[in-house]
Amino acid sequence: MPSYPDDYELVTLAGAFEEEPHTLQAYLDRGGYTAVAKVLEGGMARDEVIAEVKASGLRGRGGAGFPTGLKWSFMPPAEGGQPQYLACNADEAEPGTFKDRDIMRYNPHQLVEGMIIGGYAIGATVGYIYIRGEFWEPYVRVQRAIDEAYAAGYLGRDLFDSGVDFDLHIHRGAGAYIAGEETAMLESIEGKKALPRFKPPFPANYGIFGRPTTVNNVETLASVPPIINRGGQWFLELGTPKSGGTKIFSVSGHVAWPGNYEVPMGTPFAELLELAGGVRDGNRLKAVIPGGPSVPMVPAETILETRLDYEALGEAGTMLGAGSVIVMDETTCIVRAVERLAKFFFHESCGQCTPCREGSGWLHRVIHRIENGAGRLEDLDTLLHVGSRIEGHTICAFGEAEVAPVASSIEHFREEYEAHIHGKGCPMAASGRVSRRVAEAG
Amino acid sequence: MELPEPVTRRIDQARTRYPAEEPRAAVIEALHAAQDELGWLDQPTLDAVADYLGLEPIKVYEAATFYDMFNREPVGRHHVRVCTNISCWLCDSDAVTDRLRERLGIDFGETTSDGRFTLTEVECLGACGGAPVIWIGRSYYENATPERVEEILDGLE
Repeated sequence: MPSYPDDYELVTLAGAFEEEPHTLQAYLDRGGYTAVAKVLEGGMARDEVIAEVKASGLRGRGGAGFPTGLKWSFMPPAEGGQPQYLACNADEAEPGTFKDRDIMRYNPHQLVEGMIIGGYAIGATVGYIYIRGEFWEPYVRVQRAIDEAYAAGYLGRDLFDSGVDFDLHIHRGAGAYIAGEETAMLESIEGKKALPRFKPPFPANYGIFGRPTTVNNVETLASVPPIINRGGQWFLELGTPKSGGTKIFSVSGHVAWPGNYEVPMGTPFAELLELAGGVRDGNRLKAVIPGGPSVPMVPAETILETRLDYEALGEAGTMLGAGSVIVMDETTCIVRAVERLAKFFFHESCGQCTPCREGSGWLHRVIHRIENGAGRLEDLDTLLHVGSRIEGHTICAFGEAEVAPVASSIEHFREEYEAHIHGKGCPMAASGRVSRRVAEAG
Repeated sequence: MELPEPVTRRIDQARTRYPAEEPRAAVIEALHAAQDELGWLDQPTLDAVADYLGLEPIKVYEAATFYDMFNREPVGRHHVRVCTNISCWLCDSDAVTDRLRERLGIDFGETTSDGRFTLTEVECLGACGGAPVIWIGRSYYENATPERVEEILDGLE
């Protein structure tokens, strides 16, 4: 277990370091299912639940950071007999992100309880948890939690004698990054190709099977029971006035102890880095991608002065994203790192929008040739131009995402690209400091 | 062809999770079930799934070809999938993939001649705290190294 400072409180990873923390008994021992009892037995109105979540400052933990209470308030009142849905996004495919996996493995009942409360708040009687197909262990843990919750009467009909019904099912994915985009997820739950939908209509009006639907991330929903139990104000004050609560940061790459660290919003990056044991081997920090490759990378000197919340990272020219902190030390070839990310986006583009489908291939091919010694100086302008023709010209935010690593790396590390071009190859590979090249995609 | 009973049982279970008039929603689980039983998804299997769910075959083909986990060609008894995305690459997945190729004598996308192993390069598996990650069957092997590769492969039939 990481050595957290005394004033840190684990909210969504509560219990994660205990023995067998995923069982119903362990969750009950931690005070589990008292929040849903407070709501349903205590007779909290839907609006009161939403008001508490609004007061907490909870924002979507999947990457977009949209205020959760506000999102819930978009759902229309339930009409008699017609279902509305709550979908939990457990697709977790943004490279460098592995937080929801640990919530599902170690604290699955808190997710289930959060979904019952969320379902009640938005008038949904059925919930789906969309778990990426590769995740077997988390799937088993969550399914077991669902089975236990049904047996204990926390799921099903007339919960707590309140007249409220809520059924919960897992829908397994089958390997597609884009299925994590919320409208693509709706398509995938319907058994279709995960192609993002044009908006409007928004899911709150036209979601799964055309019915009103809200999609929330695992960490978001797991934050709800403690908010109900201890109050929105309590959660808000854990973080900053505009970024309430705690956040799990998945730290990977060149640190001594990669892993998940749940810390208050607004924690200085330097403190998180220290928790993760600092940069490996005493090396110097070079660059960090703070929210997964869909957000711009920033150089060491910027991130070391930045706090980890939505506003501070925005001011630093990047975003909090999913809290996926990818750390690169001085041995990293930035061009090669971006080449690998470009290959990823090329592979994962769903192909629906021409600028993204074709542009992702252009970005990858041009960076590949720069890394492999065939680059030309005008290639940098070509990359930025291609990027500008993708951004804002696609149905979903994948377009912006695929441009982020390319544009930000040229902004901050242009001289490294130029060294590749002038030296006709990767200077770091030539010096033996980094290993081999990224295979060509496609 | 007729789908084996374990497959139809899982499809029937999946159907209960969705409205009765939405059989298509069970397609992905149906394909998982068929692949778990048969190893890969050939054309007759896809047609049988479509027939069982009462769907036009194209709807099943779409899912089978869109999602990466579905094998449209035979694979070895052990499908070894290794992540080379950013976090794994930073933690030297190159050394791991080198050893895998060397030991198995095949490249990405290939199957050993004895039909035991297929090697595939995959995108992020969502376990980057344990990078590099190898995925075989239903298990993740984290913090992979060339030495670990030998141990893992020795442990498989």
